Amino acid sequence: MPENPYVFKIQKYSIHDGPGIRTTLFFQGCPLSCHWCHNPESRAESLKINKEEMDKVSFALMEEIEKDLIFYDDSGGGVTISGGEPLSQPQLLFRLLDQCREKEIHTCVDTSGYGAAGILLKAAEKADLILYDIKLIDEKVHKKYTGKSVDLILENLKQLSRQKAAVRLRFPLIPRVTDTIENIGRVIVFLKENTIYRDIHILPFHKTGEGKYLSLGRKNYMKDIQPPYREKTAKVKKQFESNGFNVAIGG
Amino acid sequence: MNSRIESLRKKTIQKQVAVSHERAELVTSFYKTYVGMDKSIPVQRALCLKYILENKKIFIDDNELIVGERGPEPKAVPTYPEICLHSMEDLEILDNRAKVSYKVSEETKAIYKEKIIPFWKGRTIREKIFEAMEDQWIDSFNSGIFTEFQEQRSPGHTAGGELIYRKGFNDLKKNIGQCLGDINFFNDKNGLEKQEVLTSLDIAADALIVFATRHADKLEHRARGEKDFKRKAELENMASVCRRVPANKPETFHEALQYYWFLHVGIITELNPWDAYNPGRFDQNLYPFYKKDIENGTITRKDAKELLCCFWIKFHNHPAPPKVGVTAMESNTYVDFCLINLGGVTKDNQDGVNELTYLVLDVIEEMRLLQPSSMIQVSRKNPDRFIKRALKIIATGFGQPSVFNTDAIVQEMLFHGKSVEDARIAGASGCVEAGVFGKECYILTGYFNLPKILEITLNNGLDPRTKKQIGLKTGDPENLETFDDLLDAYKKQLEYFVDIKIKGNNIIEQINAKYMPVPLLSLVTQDCIKNAKDYNQGGARYNTSYIQGVGMGTITDCFSSLKYNIYDNRRVSMARLLDALGKDFKENDILLHQLGQAPKYGNDNDDADDILKIIFNAFHELVTGRPNSKGGVYRINLLPTTCHVYFGEITGALPDGRKKGVPLSEGISPVQGADRCGPTAVLKSAAKIDHLKTGGTLLNQKFLPDIFKDEKGLQSLVHLIRSYFKMDGHHVQFNVVSEKTLRDAQKNPENYQDLIVRVAGYSDYFVSLTSALQEEIILRTAHTDF
Repeated sequence: MPENPYVFKIQKYSIHDGPGIRTTLFFQGCPLSCHWCHNPESRAESLKINKEEMDKVSFALMEEIEKDLIFYDDSGGGVTISGGEPLSQPQLLFRLLDQCREKEIHTCVDTSGYGAAGILLKAAEKADLILYDIKLIDEKVHKKYTGKSVDLILENLKQLSRQKAAVRLRFPLIPRVTDTIENIGRVIVFLKENTIYRDIHILPFHKTGEGKYLSLGRKNYMKDIQPPYREKTAKVKKQFESNGFNVAIGG
Repeated sequence: MNSRIESLRKKTIQKQVAVSHERAELVTSFYKTYVGMDKSIPVQRALCLKYILENKKIFIDDNELIVGERGPEPKAVPTYPEICLHSMEDLEILDNRAKVSYKVSEETKAIYKEKIIPFWKGRTIREKIFEAMEDQWIDSFNSGIFTEFQEQRSPGHTAGGELIYRKGFNDLKKNIGQCLGDINFFNDKNGLEKQEVLTSLDIAADALIVFATRHADKLEHRARGEKDFKRKAELENMASVCRRVPANKPETFHEALQYYWFLHVGIITELNPWDAYNPGRFDQNLYPFYKKDIENGTITRKDAKELLCCFWIKFHNHPAPPKVGVTAMESNTYVDFCLINLGGVTKDNQDGVNELTYLVLDVIEEMRLLQPSSMIQVSRKNPDRFIKRALKIIATGFGQPSVFNTDAIVQEMLFHGKSVEDARIAGASGCVEAGVFGKECYILTGYFNLPKILEITLNNGLDPRTKKQIGLKTGDPENLETFDDLLDAYKKQLEYFVDIKIKGNNIIEQINAKYMPVPLLSLVTQDCIKNAKDYNQGGARYNTSYIQGVGMGTITDCFSSLKYNIYDNRRVSMARLLDALGKDFKENDILLHQLGQAPKYGNDNDDADDILKIIFNAFHELVTGRPNSKGGVYRINLLPTTCHVYFGEITGALPDGRKKGVPLSEGISPVQGADRCGPTAVLKSAAKIDHLKTGGTLLNQKFLPDIFKDEKGLQSLVHLIRSYFKMDGHHVQFNVVSEKTLRDAQKNPENYQDLIVRVAGYSDYFVSLTSALQEEIILRTAHTDF
């Protein structure tokens, strides 16, 4: 696999980040610092790619992406650009989205929504589907658990909706953080009042990042938190459904 | 599962496997009486079979619906002293070894000592074979360059075709009569030989009819004494089935199953052919009978399922014949490799999946037995739901069914020069071996240790383990200046050993042709009657001999490491490497780390995979197309069964960093743990082998149970299979069990007596496996998604 400072991992046979069998590229760098992040190794600042490097890097990435074409074709899959935060590296993001479109490879951008509106809207035009996280509505709580304000994220989602961009919402179900009846209620109200989106995927918290925190020597806020019970997840699903949402569990 | 099936199933699982001396004693009595008799060898063999079937005990179990046992009772396994003679020591080992034991009674031991051993010592096929082999062959065999399939069992790997569902033995006898009349003694110099073969086939037909009739008699007798009204009716019905088949062609589903079963028992009583005898394209052959019975209202779906369950138990009653010598110590499976084929295409190229296919899948899931093995053939014409149904059984973690690519098999057969219709009725038997069912004699001749030949090359022809110069002197490796020089030296050694193997094979084939004809197997294999030639003499329509390459992943990684470290980057000197290999990398962690950085097979990396292609093509070109002694040719396939463990034991440290004694890579799977990019990369790498040039390849994929838990996971596996098959992959099998479970099973085997895992082309009880094999299975990288 190509090694470069812009993409910290390439995950093939990803089946929970968009439709079909996908290759997921994890971009380095994220402005948020969510307590439950399962890719803590991406916390470092994102690098700005220079023009000389762009061709070399995107060529190597496209070569890796195209290795699994046969699997995308058969399953209706493609490429997912995740992170980190893909919006933090707009040049590389746009280049890959353009090249994939040229080659008729389906693309998803998996974003927190925390980025400049211009970049997001442009990405939405270039990609086939935006996977958009909606976590918390309350400004204070959002700041506490992610380090940043929620306003930009909510505003960006409204804009996407106005542009009628293809968006699949994703709701991380984090015990004691996002899973309160109140928060979910506010998410529902926000989506109904401000967006056209009624499809949502619930992503139950999991502990696959635990080992990484250990090896990186970082503080793991979620050390004592267990994944939500199946019953709890089902209950949340019901809460969304009774408000007219189509709900799926997992990516 | 109803109470009948439940009790039969419980009985067959709990019953202790034992050696039976019945067959050995009958064969010995027969030869003692008739030795020197004025009969040709084919006729003697047929009369011997008839003698056994006329005199062996007839066993009918309470409540069973399908009858016929090879031994005097279920799981009593006969021996074949005319092929291979067990010594008293062998019997002790079988009786006492910790795993996969065969109980040997004092009576059996006494009979062996007094009667069987004195008569057969010096007269067996095994002894004839070893006597006929040259020193080079013996040295290579002892060094572990190759194994020999025919030293303990007779040629086989053959599956039944559609013939028996269309003709009864009386019809076949009529054909034989016509062919006998057609022999032209005026100008056919082989006329007499043909006459003897045809006569032997005719006797073999009578032998099996007698066997069936004896069952009918006993069933009628039982029926007369039976008080239970329902069972009485069953016994009477079973008796009438046994009166009709195999003499007449089957008319009902029940008759078709019973006919096949009599034939199965007959063939594995005649001799001990490899992989027993396979029922072939099971759902397709049986479907017309099922359909007719359902339409006529003479059977319900429930009845049919019950019959199938009874049929399944019969396979489980028949463990593999016990081995001798070193293999008696090591060989560790009761599995006899009968592989039920489901799905695929019909002769006229339509979707072959039918209602019976799904019913049989239900039976497989419910019976959950080690034997028979099962597989699905997947053509692009078959529906996804068929694959999904099979995946749901695979998800339960007992390694069945495995998954085969019909479209690849058809092309492989066409590449072998078979007619398109014959290609479509082909399938896989044993582990993964493709052949035209009912019309092809395709013999596996032995495993071939590709990495060991590199070890020999790096030692200038010497085997460091036996200290014998067994190979060519291709030069001191330190003087091989380029990577191509090294490759050339390897290819020369490869050619040398392939020649030794093929020469030996051809002699062995002729020994079997002359001394061990198989009249019953010939009777049902087309075109033995027409050609008036025995199966072992080349009477079948197609005759293929296989050599099975083992360790493709290991040999690729070895050459990749040599290229990367020694020749391309000059990071390591050959002298340093050879020194480290000699010391099994002791205190050489830095070197090990360096070697480990070379590209590895299984990651969709062309640097490694191009080497794979070179080795594959070299092996293919040296073997494929060489004539065998039956009018057919040699071909290769890539499967190990469990031989990668044995080959690993006798192979020293290798340049990929593998230490002495560690198992080689298995089938075409990557070296255990070397694949780091997930299942799509493994499949891509594996597909770089030109599968269509082989007669079968074996790929193991281990998944954690999570992947099967939801619809998206299942659907993704369907796509994974479809994509691999689009790339002409031959076969893939899934091991679905978590490492935690396996580790716990190692610690507490008593809690996991029924844990079945996929080994290599077959499944086995995990707790029965040697600890080396257990470790190997745990190490195969588990794929999951995040």
